[in-house]
Amino acid sequence: MDEPRKDDDRNDGVVLTEAQKRARRSRSIAIALALAALVILFYVMTLVKGPGVLVRPI
Amino acid sequence: MTFVSEGAKLSGPLAAGSEIGFAEPSMASVSDYIALLKPRVMSLVIFTALVGLAVAPGHLHPVTAFTALLCIAVGAGGSGALNMWYDADIDAIMTRTSRRPVPMGRVKPGEALAFGLTLSGFSVMTLGLLVNWVAGALLAFTIFFYVVIYTMWLKRSTPQNIVIGGAAGAFPPMVGWAAVTGSLSLEPILLFLIIFFWTPPHFWALSLYRMQDYARAGVPMLPVVAGEVSTRWQILLYTLLLVPLGIAPWALGFAGLLYGAVASVTGAIMLLLAAQVLRERAPAERASRNLFAFSILYLFLLFAVLLVERGWGGLLARLAT
Repeated sequence: MDEPRKDDDRNDGVVLTEAQKRARRSRSIAIALALAALVILFYVMTLVKGPGVLVRPI
Repeated sequence: MTFVSEGAKLSGPLAAGSEIGFAEPSMASVSDYIALLKPRVMSLVIFTALVGLAVAPGHLHPVTAFTALLCIAVGAGGSGALNMWYDADIDAIMTRTSRRPVPMGRVKPGEALAFGLTLSGFSVMTLGLLVNWVAGALLAFTIFFYVVIYTMWLKRSTPQNIVIGGAAGAFPPMVGWAAVTGSLSLEPILLFLIIFFWTPPHFWALSLYRMQDYARAGVPMLPVVAGEVSTRWQILLYTLLLVPLGIAPWALGFAGLLYGAVASVTGAIMLLLAAQVLRERAPAERASRNLFAFSILYLFLLFAVLLVERGWGGLLARLAT
């Protein structure tokens, strides 16, 4: 088995800076909110359509 | 897997990383992604779609109407992001667009592409599933027309780019109408034609005083290819076609007297400004700027009066239902 390449910086992985962490966090929150809004939209539209939600004439 | 627009030359600290394929963590903020949606274009799309939706005959639940508008807005935003992904190279050259997120290196081309495709797909599917598939299909066609026909094909290949490509911006009232009726008729087609013939004088007036920008980026806008004089004549020609079309909803009985008066007066001002543009010679650009600014007001007024006259009562009735 080969020895790990300790001198290679890439083995340390990507370490995020504070600014990058903040940017990622704000993007994650935005995605979560968008997904929640989509779920709520489909839920409300299902209530609005009532039984008609299953009627899909082509 | 990476998606990089061919020939795109990006700037900014992240650009170097993306060019050599190194996975630099993204610094894009939420506001960068909002900028990808082209909010100002989106607001005009929402407004014209709202008018199409409000003047259409028939009943639509307010929540369904909101959903339709939301989907149209998101679809417009998605196509804006796809446009910025593909046009990153020329956006970087032009002064007006050089500070957009992709040429600045804040959003990578692949991220803009994924964002645009996701929004486009979700908006079409949601509109189809929750409202109706005619509106969904029209929205899909609008996005396809803007991204593929205009952005990828016409914009870089012909001075008629914004004439034909202008159709993409003219579709939203038709999508709004289709969301209510599930079909199309003469009235939404008339709204389409008004925006379609409004687009060339509007954008050519802009391109007259941004000509150097377009020339440097290699975009064959009419003033760059055919010259200023030809462009000024074409602006007048398209305005001559636009003004009667603007009055047509009143003449055909779709709109009331107020609309007819507003369309006639503002149409006369449009013609006057177009005539001033014809007489003007570079380096003067005041008439072009005036026409560009007034053309926005002109379209807004036509649709606003239509909304007040035809749609407002119907819209309030729907909200009260």
